[in-house]
Amino acid sequence: MIRRARQITLNAALATLALSALFGAPSTVAAQDRETVRLWHAYAGAEEEALKEIAERFEATHPDVDVELLAVAFGAYAAKLEAAIPTGRGPDVFIDAHERLTSYRESGLVRAIPAANNAELFPATHLAALSAEGTLYGLPLSVKCAALYYHPSLLSSPPSSLEALVEMSLPEGTTPLVFEAENAYYVAALLHADGGAMIDEAGDYGFVGDAAERTLTTLTEWTTRGAIPEEASGELVKRLFASGDAAAAISGPWLAPDLSGDDWAVVPLPPFREGGLESEPYATVEAIFFPANARSEARGQELARFIATGAGAMIRARTARQVVSARDAVLDPGLAADDFLATFRDAGERARPMPTHANMRYTFEPATRALRAALRGGFAPRDALASGARFFSDVTRPLPERRDPMFALVLIGLFLFGLVVLLARTARDPVRRAAIRDSLPAYKYMAHAFVAVGGLVILPLAVGAAVSFFSGRGRDLYFVGFANYVEILTARGGDLLGSGSFWLVLLVTALWTLANLTLHLVIGVALALLLNRPSQALKGPYRVLLILPWAVPSYVTALAWKGMFHRQFGAVNEILIALGAEPVSWFAKWSTAFSANVATNVWLGFPFMMVVTLGALSAIPKELYQAAAVDGATPWQQFRHVTAPLLIPSLAPAVAMGAVWTFNMFNVVFLVSGGEPGGGTEILVSEAYRWAFTRSSQYGYAAAYAVLIFFVLLLATRPFAKKLEAM
Amino acid sequence: MRAREESKWWIELACNAVLVLAVAFALYPILWVVTLALSPGEAPQRGVIPVPVAPSLEHFDAVVLARGDDGSLVFIRQMMNSLVIALTTATTAILIATPAAFAMSRFRFVGKGSTTLALLATQMFPGVAAAIPLYLILDAVGLIDTLTGLILVYATSAVPFAIFQLRGAFDGIPVDLEEAAMVDGATRFEAFVRVVLPAARPALAVTALFAFMTAWNEFILAATFLSREEVFTLPVVLQRFVGEHHAHWGRFAAGAIVVSVPVMALFYWLQRHLVSGLTAGGVKG
Repeated sequence: MIRRARQITLNAALATLALSALFGAPSTVAAQDRETVRLWHAYAGAEEEALKEIAERFEATHPDVDVELLAVAFGAYAAKLEAAIPTGRGPDVFIDAHERLTSYRESGLVRAIPAANNAELFPATHLAALSAEGTLYGLPLSVKCAALYYHPSLLSSPPSSLEALVEMSLPEGTTPLVFEAENAYYVAALLHADGGAMIDEAGDYGFVGDAAERTLTTLTEWTTRGAIPEEASGELVKRLFASGDAAAAISGPWLAPDLSGDDWAVVPLPPFREGGLESEPYATVEAIFFPANARSEARGQELARFIATGAGAMIRARTARQVVSARDAVLDPGLAADDFLATFRDAGERARPMPTHANMRYTFEPATRALRAALRGGFAPRDALASGARFFSDVTRPLPERRDPMFALVLIGLFLFGLVVLLARTARDPVRRAAIRDSLPAYKYMAHAFVAVGGLVILPLAVGAAVSFFSGRGRDLYFVGFANYVEILTARGGDLLGSGSFWLVLLVTALWTLANLTLHLVIGVALALLLNRPSQALKGPYRVLLILPWAVPSYVTALAWKGMFHRQFGAVNEILIALGAEPVSWFAKWSTAFSANVATNVWLGFPFMMVVTLGALSAIPKELYQAAAVDGATPWQQFRHVTAPLLIPSLAPAVAMGAVWTFNMFNVVFLVSGGEPGGGTEILVSEAYRWAFTRSSQYGYAAAYAVLIFFVLLLATRPFAKKLEAM
Repeated sequence: MRAREESKWWIELACNAVLVLAVAFALYPILWVVTLALSPGEAPQRGVIPVPVAPSLEHFDAVVLARGDDGSLVFIRQMMNSLVIALTTATTAILIATPAAFAMSRFRFVGKGSTTLALLATQMFPGVAAAIPLYLILDAVGLIDTLTGLILVYATSAVPFAIFQLRGAFDGIPVDLEEAAMVDGATRFEAFVRVVLPAARPALAVTALFAFMTAWNEFILAATFLSREEVFTLPVVLQRFVGEHHAHWGRFAAGAIVVSVPVMALFYWLQRHLVSGLTAGGVKG
């Protein structure tokens, strides 16, 4: 007995040892006498490595401090800060770009810091970018902006202007310039050169009017004659420049780590037009911010200073090649001799700090829409710009007025009172009491499900729904009654079937659901019928291969499909060309963009229908077919009179579920077409998401969308629900 | 039946051609993901047929052998997190849903119709709206930033669909079986455990698979709730490869394949159940 116990202890010890070897040795210093400082960031690669190195140095000099770094995915960063900081579960310090400061201040997420000796440590422009109303909110780390990369082997000297660059004659198949021409961030540099600005000091939208038209006309002309690649993403810029297929590229310091060899150089962005104004790209100052209600304030400040200045700044400059803000690092002779850093420092000084006006972040979606409408959709620059401006005013329209919640509270009170009276009556009615008593055994089976679903599914959804009666940007919500619903249902005062109106999006969503379900059913049932043929060989392997689209996460395959639909480099167009057809600009027109979404979703969803159908087919008694065969029925007659009538009822629940899922299929629309062109392929749920997360955090408005989606689905599935209810 | 099996060769050919075409359609995008994952560096990929140039496992190495602050194999740990979360979610969801589904199938009770409706309704409300309220609830009970909290959220959100699925399966199992057991002296609950559950095995397996996949692939809530690298799940890790200015598509693809393999294995293993279990619910629908 004892031996056995020992054996078990030994095994357990061995297992622990093996586990700790796998996951790293447990910390040896007692945790209680050390203070933990949490730093959140969205860095990756060399920048993340640099931070790790700095944190280690800091821990070495501060033995009583534990630095906990958390690298958050860029896409989840802002939402995570917004959720965590108000509950006191956020970081002690976090890194972000200066232009987010306005929104963080609006939601009360950051606190001011003492000015101290910062003026000696950092350039005044960087501090100004991080200040609001005379108070400083963050310590500047580095500055980032776009510049021009070029291959000296293709261009002997840097071009005198972008216009001149585009005119250059180069070897066949080499494009002179590549950059993200549909991204407002890069286009802003050219707009500035033409005398325009994305936004003015009053916060009015600026990507409209003469200057914008000049810029956009030139971009359109460059794209049409193939001087710059179409639909360029950051990925494409990197690929074309790194492979030498593009002689030059406009990009930021983030491009450098992917370039190998030494046939590349970088210069500040040359003027846009020959003899014209400088191209001023946006400069972003990355900084350490200090969240409201941090746990380790003092230590957090210490760590922030350590990262921003002195050794921390040197490590960032050397390891991550950041253009650091700290003055002492700038003066370091080793860094001053680094051409790359010197160039980006120079470029940063010439660049225009990204405006911090609250409206700045709402300019990107309208500007991108305008750019795409002109560059992909063939709209005249003037019309494309006008539609962008309309969209901007739609997003920034004044919020509904505050309403007195008294009336609503009285209504809720009356409703609750009525409910209590009703319950009391029921409790007194002997028949109902007997019925409830008889129900007790069933309730015993269901109690835990009630608690779980009620608390963690229905309650959060109900709270979410209640938000639809509030308005505001970010966390600052106030009661507005039904104002959000009225705005949505009246298309915000615009055309009821105009672009982006609820009714039009509803129509698109209905079409989307119908198209997908039909194709899912047709393909799923057809494949199941083929696989169910008695003479079919290799049923197992076919079935396994056909189920695969279901097994890969949809966010991965949706991105793969998006890549396949690329205008110039996508596999779908390669196939079309191989077949002798013209390549298609998939996301330029509504019909093709919608088809691309449907193709992706059909691919994702047909295996489910196929499997359901296979199951239903196997439940149909074989004798029925034998009887039909004896009666001389043709295969079609067998399908029509035996298979179909038995299949339809068993497919009904799957179809109803599939309809609900497709109706709310966010991933595909968001990741494949992204709503292109001009938000036309957006469905209701992706529209709700945009209002909540990419358009001014109007959670109330988004919640109203969610509630409307709910009611639409409730109505649409009424017949099915009735049947279920009666069961 | 004989006559059907001796179908003409050209029909066989046509049917197989359609199936092969469908398989090509199903595999094509996945092959692109595989190609991307196997291509070293951030190599350019063009062409009709996805074949990696000079294939290498470097992206897999970089992803799987990633080390955390303390030098431990952090990806392996995160994979364990995902596995633990998904398996526990599946078990919890089944434990909660099975008795409830049984009651819905076998008992009459006050509020049955509205319960059905409420369960159906939870499937219709877009989840986007619930993230912040859920955060506050988990924070209030001290389960934010823990695997337990995430498991609870995933399991409960999988319960409504699980109840539907299982209720359909139970409806399809004749009541006589239980009644016979009860005549032999078993209680209703014993009859449920010993007679009904074994008969519903395929449906249980499929329902568990659905719950497993919900937890395995979810990333919005996981990214919002979890704030320590050692509790991250795989989708959160994958998301990290796509940055603001920079995306590591090679690593993203390699990670995606690692994430997909366990689900593929489950599908392969459960494929027989999958066919009979999914429709058990539907047959009576």
